[in-house]
Amino acid sequence: MARIGVFICHCGENIARTVDPIACAEAAKKMRGVVHAVEYKYMCSDPGQQMIKEAIAEHRLTGVVVAACSPQMHETTFRRASAEAGLNPYLCEISNVREHCSWVHEDKAAATEKGIDLIRVMVEKVKKNEELQPIKVPVTKRALVIGGGIAGIQTALDIANGGHEVVLVERTPSIGGHMAQLSETFPTLDCSQCILTPRMVEVGQHPRIKLYVYSEIESVDGFIGNFEVKIRQKAKSVDTKLCTGCGACQQVCPQKKIPSEFDVGLGTRTAIYSPFPQAVPNKPVIDRENCLRFRAARKKGIPIDECTVCGKCYEECPIEPRKAVDFSQTDEVVTEKVGAIVVATGFELYPTDAYGEYGYGKHPDIISGLEFERLASASGPTTGEIRRPSDGSVPKNVVFIQCVGSRDNAKGIPYCSKICCMYTAKHTMLYKHKVHDGQAYVFYMDIRSGGKNYDEFVRRAIEEDGAVYLRGRVSRIYRKEGRLVVLGVDTLSGKKVEIETDMVVLATAMQAQPQTDKLAQTLGIPYDQYEFLSEAHPKLRPVETNTAGVMLAGACQAPKDIPDAVAQGSAAASKVLGIFSSDELEREPVVASVDENICFGCLACKEVCPYGAIEEKEIKDRDGNVVRVVAQVNPGVCQGCGLCVAACRANCIDLAGFNDEQVYAEIKAL
Amino acid sequence: MKVGYYPGCSVEGTAREFGISVRKSCELLGIELVDLDDWSCCGATAAHNTSHLLSVALPGRNLALAEQQGLDKLLAPCAACSNRLIAAHKEMTESDTLRSEIADLIEMPYSSSVKVLNYLELILNYGMENLASKVTRKLADFKVACYYGCLLVRPPKIVEFDDAENPQSMDRIVTALGAEAVDWEYKVECCGGGFTISDPKLVETLSHDVIENAEAEGANAIAVSCPLCHANLDMKQAAINARFHEKRKMPVFYVSELVALGCGATPEEAGINKHFVDSYALIR
Repeated sequence: MARIGVFICHCGENIARTVDPIACAEAAKKMRGVVHAVEYKYMCSDPGQQMIKEAIAEHRLTGVVVAACSPQMHETTFRRASAEAGLNPYLCEISNVREHCSWVHEDKAAATEKGIDLIRVMVEKVKKNEELQPIKVPVTKRALVIGGGIAGIQTALDIANGGHEVVLVERTPSIGGHMAQLSETFPTLDCSQCILTPRMVEVGQHPRIKLYVYSEIESVDGFIGNFEVKIRQKAKSVDTKLCTGCGACQQVCPQKKIPSEFDVGLGTRTAIYSPFPQAVPNKPVIDRENCLRFRAARKKGIPIDECTVCGKCYEECPIEPRKAVDFSQTDEVVTEKVGAIVVATGFELYPTDAYGEYGYGKHPDIISGLEFERLASASGPTTGEIRRPSDGSVPKNVVFIQCVGSRDNAKGIPYCSKICCMYTAKHTMLYKHKVHDGQAYVFYMDIRSGGKNYDEFVRRAIEEDGAVYLRGRVSRIYRKEGRLVVLGVDTLSGKKVEIETDMVVLATAMQAQPQTDKLAQTLGIPYDQYEFLSEAHPKLRPVETNTAGVMLAGACQAPKDIPDAVAQGSAAASKVLGIFSSDELEREPVVASVDENICFGCLACKEVCPYGAIEEKEIKDRDGNVVRVVAQVNPGVCQGCGLCVAACRANCIDLAGFNDEQVYAEIKAL
Repeated sequence: MKVGYYPGCSVEGTAREFGISVRKSCELLGIELVDLDDWSCCGATAAHNTSHLLSVALPGRNLALAEQQGLDKLLAPCAACSNRLIAAHKEMTESDTLRSEIADLIEMPYSSSVKVLNYLELILNYGMENLASKVTRKLADFKVACYYGCLLVRPPKIVEFDDAENPQSMDRIVTALGAEAVDWEYKVECCGGGFTISDPKLVETLSHDVIENAEAEGANAIAVSCPLCHANLDMKQAAINARFHEKRKMPVFYVSELVALGCGATPEEAGINKHFVDSYALIR
């Protein structure tokens, strides 16, 4: 015989204002199986929880219904309280009378009526509930970090310094990411390389960090605590064990005019290259697209071993007897076992050529903010002198345009890229500090400088370094006698503005790295319409994803500046260290299970499962012959979403805590 | 190829050479133009400043006529005409309510079967290789700044033709004629349009900038496909020169004139003799 206790929360006035808790309690008392019903101002507070615990003991309750806020908010709280009183936590259910009732209705009588219905539904369900036991899974205490920018570096170092091994995978030949390309950083103007490169070295030398550069994630299997990751190491064509990083090969490579990715095309590199002198690891790779030998082999259709074109880097390599340069290297796929994954794949910039009115990127002197960083950087193509890409002259004035792409629905990017206001202010300062008689103009929509010392920084740019800020958009840029004419509007004075300038810098929007969607699909984590990866909760779980054991760090989640990316990197690391703090993990037992007697193996469930939790299981007879195939749920991977339950044609899948009987009981109660 | 022809008022008045050259070039290319019978005003800028309904009904009547007369393609050389006809077609296609309202007003149904073409689109459909094969006089001395102005490619969501910021269709046509298409900056800037009556100074400034940039980028001729562009750049060039103390003589051609010339028409057959700025120098 069920003995249900009902506890109704006022939530201050949040619920009580529209749903009458006393009337609910009275009505609940009359429901069959309810032996106890009370209301209280704050059920989630200590006295409120105490009421539940005492009632469980006093009335020997077999089930608890708490009518309060959304289960997303406090289900855990109340289940924990029930468990402390000796009741299996899965016999405690939440009736959401706040978000689903009091907050969305005005008529008190009708809302109270609905509140009572919602309570009745849960009373009927909890009667059918069964005790569930948490699932225990072992933990591999090693982490995978995807992406070697500042967010990934921070995460990797924090986890490694916390005592656990880290596998760090980076797509390019060196870690460092975009931060390595920056000149100086806001709001302190400290040199980006000076604060970053020591951390890169720390990663490179850390005994607990295993670094895979020039590598990509091929596949991810498994579940929290037990992931199996396949990593494709692209052929570097250089044996990194032999190579000393002397750089002789790069000196002799005849392909010298390849646009350097690190210098955003403003500088050049060779075909065998290390992206920049401070790279970690500082060992070159051969870019097979551009290498003369690989090109010739492709053109002739012969294996690379038979090709004898060029080979200067091989000849020059001083390592003996076996040279470090190895043309015949092939891609290698390695498997790593890890217990947690942090995604830190970062961003890319919206292309400057997407705006026809700004010349579709065909004017060399209309550049992106990142290109300006390279011009201003001591390690850049002009060794830090601000010079126009077209003729190398020092620009007498520069026009900066903010929100290029960002906040522009016509370009499909309604969001703010967050960092551009700050880096544009920084650019005007860097420019003024290097070209004393130069004048910077900034076209802006709003100045968004929220952050510690941020607004002061922008004011400094305007007041001390004399940047002229014009509130308005630029409609067109065109060439005129070797210069550029910027046509815009100053909406504060209501006048059209025409500025003849030497250089224009476009603060282009931040976008997710290309193919972030593919990576997300490999990992089974959600992403938004702009391909930024989605956090589990925008406020309360900002670094976790909906897939247990997979965390996010940095600009792959949303546009972020360095401090934010670093903070999130550390936060992700602490989440990982939390997972690694015990030998076994307890997981929610709300998972699906298949009735193998009924299942006929259509595997529609496998098709719909977003987590890859469903496997095929062969059922064999005594002789070992496969007689049929059925679906099987891996409880370690299952997230309890219930899609398979809905998709199952034979109705043979049930979700623990939400089985048919329980759901029908709820419906019948209405 | 048989195409319906909606001349519009300007090609029978101030832009007569546009009409002459459109007919001549089509004749030389073997495109048969079937005049729309009983055509009326497209409404131009006046109608949509007055009443939305009127601005759809006026071109709507011509579209319905074309449909009645079995013309599935309708060439409207004037940029304002084609723009209004396309806008009306689109609005009536997208709204059943508006379509029936217009049908009541003009006492004719319209079932959206007519495709309106501007002159550039007509020639593009004809094909650049086909065009090149008809060329008898290579316009090799021409360095043409192709000027699209505002109406041919805008608003992009309505006209859905070429690139609104850096259109290429006219450039491709003059290239096929053997001329050089100059890469310049003012392709889609405003010439001042209809302000030529109410604010001539403004128009002189804007048109001046267009001509000046064309010359600065190495053009020796400008090509247009809009009567108002031609009027502002050609007819007003003397006034512009006087105002800016310059002595520029930049010939301004309708692209249809260039097609006609390229395919063997005499300058007079192409209407060149009607220009205000002497345009004979390049044609020898």
